[in-house]
Amino acid sequence: MNLLIFTPVLPEIAITIVSMFLLIIGVFKKNEKTYSTISNLAILSLLVVLFLIFSGSVPKGVSFGGSLITDSFSLYLKTLILTSSIIILIVSNIYLRNINLLKFEYIILVLLSVVGMMIMVSSNDLISLYLSIELQSLPLYVLASIRNKSSKSTESGLKYFVLGALSSCILLYGLSLIYGYTGSIYYNEIASNLSEYDVGILIGVAFTLAGFAFKISAVPFHMWTPDVYEGSPTTVTAFFAVAPKIAALGLIVRILITAMPNLIADWQSILILLSIFSMLLGAFSAIGQRNLKRLLAYSSISHMGFALMGVINGSFDGVRSLSLYMLIYLVMSLALFISIIALKTNDEHIENIEDISGLAKINPVMALIISILLFSLAGIPPLAGFFAKFYVLYAAIDAKLYYLAIFGVLSSVISAFYYLRIIKVMYFEESAISFDPISKRLKTIIYLLTAITLLFFLRPSIFINFAGTASASLFI
Amino acid sequence: MIAINNYLALASILFVIGIFGVFLNKKNIIIILMSIELMLLAVNINLVAFSTYLNDITGQVFSLLVLTVAAAEAAIGLAILVIYFRNKGSIAVEDITEMKG
Repeated sequence: MNLLIFTPVLPEIAITIVSMFLLIIGVFKKNEKTYSTISNLAILSLLVVLFLIFSGSVPKGVSFGGSLITDSFSLYLKTLILTSSIIILIVSNIYLRNINLLKFEYIILVLLSVVGMMIMVSSNDLISLYLSIELQSLPLYVLASIRNKSSKSTESGLKYFVLGALSSCILLYGLSLIYGYTGSIYYNEIASNLSEYDVGILIGVAFTLAGFAFKISAVPFHMWTPDVYEGSPTTVTAFFAVAPKIAALGLIVRILITAMPNLIADWQSILILLSIFSMLLGAFSAIGQRNLKRLLAYSSISHMGFALMGVINGSFDGVRSLSLYMLIYLVMSLALFISIIALKTNDEHIENIEDISGLAKINPVMALIISILLFSLAGIPPLAGFFAKFYVLYAAIDAKLYYLAIFGVLSSVISAFYYLRIIKVMYFEESAISFDPISKRLKTIIYLLTAITLLFFLRPSIFINFAGTASASLFI
Repeated sequence: MIAINNYLALASILFVIGIFGVFLNKKNIIIILMSIELMLLAVNINLVAFSTYLNDITGQVFSLLVLTVAAAEAAIGLAILVIYFRNKGSIAVEDITEMKG
């Protein structure tokens, strides 16, 4: 095995070097323009990397002696992660200026965390798995508490740190048992050594899955999500809701499909429980929420339950539906978060559901867009969210897990209640508040993402084929 | 030669003590940080024991990397704790209740 193959991980290396370089610029050139310079450079470099991945110039294969693998699946997830982080950085530029929080460290932290996520989706052994998860979450702890004068933000950072560190420990304990009982850290060797049935392995797998469930905030490991979402600055919340979850789901899919295909009966039952509880709790707890960010936190818990449904079968169709789900979830939830960021009254960003009452009379376009996005999140045809849910439910039925599909549909109906309540507040309640005009750049991004949600049904095959070729690389 | 079971038992006991330390303590967040550190070290015992048992160096390499990450994690945790203390003037676990629901 050649240890000196670097080209498949060139994107990660490039972003790491860029982030170091930008850190040096930020430290030595401190003035008002530092933030925008660094932000523009970061966005530019991410765009270049995204273009390189998209144009197919990144070669596929393993690097670092098999520790990292670059295949269609990891490239697909990297595309999603990079897209979401580019959008977040553009929006942050506007949002952080409004709340007077222009710290250049923010961008460096986002970049480092993106590197962690990119390594996560291409990790191919237990060490790179653990290190990439840590590289991804350590910057996120700091990002959650970046508003260091606000007690809410620091509290959310502290909570996220304690529970995140705990989950890493649990994950690591599971990994140590898997290593000990299979004698290898490489996924393919683990898969071939797993055939002998052992209690230690089962404990290891259960601990590992519990650690992963923390990272994607699946019930019963979801406690941190609402608090962290509420306390962090909204752009950070939007980032939390999308990129780390895509990366963690990618990681779960890869380790389950490539390293533990023999244990499918065991991890399937754990995942079924995680999925059902996440969907139901996400739907029920969101009903009583008044804070929009908390509500979206519960909605994301519910969506993670749906996404997990795709892995349960361990089949190509399931993974394809999950890949598609992640893409559509990214588009919908980013658009909704950016719409929330865009709405301001007297320079104050809105927080609660009452704050947008009567929006339809003042700004009918935004009200319509938010309604479309909420309908899509609720899974109403012909919007994109319907197709996302349709394919994962189809995968569950294909696996003969009918009760799982029934729970999915039920929780979807329940969650439609609180999505529709927001629409009711916007259209049928009076309000005297006026809204500040929305900046052009935010408008463009919102319109673009909403257009994808709205027009998905015209050509679903583009996205499905995209997700299909990506998932096929796991089943060779 | 001590059998590997003993090492595994020791590691699991330390790990469980760590988990209890995180959940049962009501006084101080520093104790939570110490418990997390304890859990990571329990995992290290596991890794080194397996590494010797399997005659495979990978486990020891893994444990060194875990030590490094633990140091970074403690640094970030303490930094967050400091800015939290500046805002609230207290690091008692019972006081972390601004957001609920």
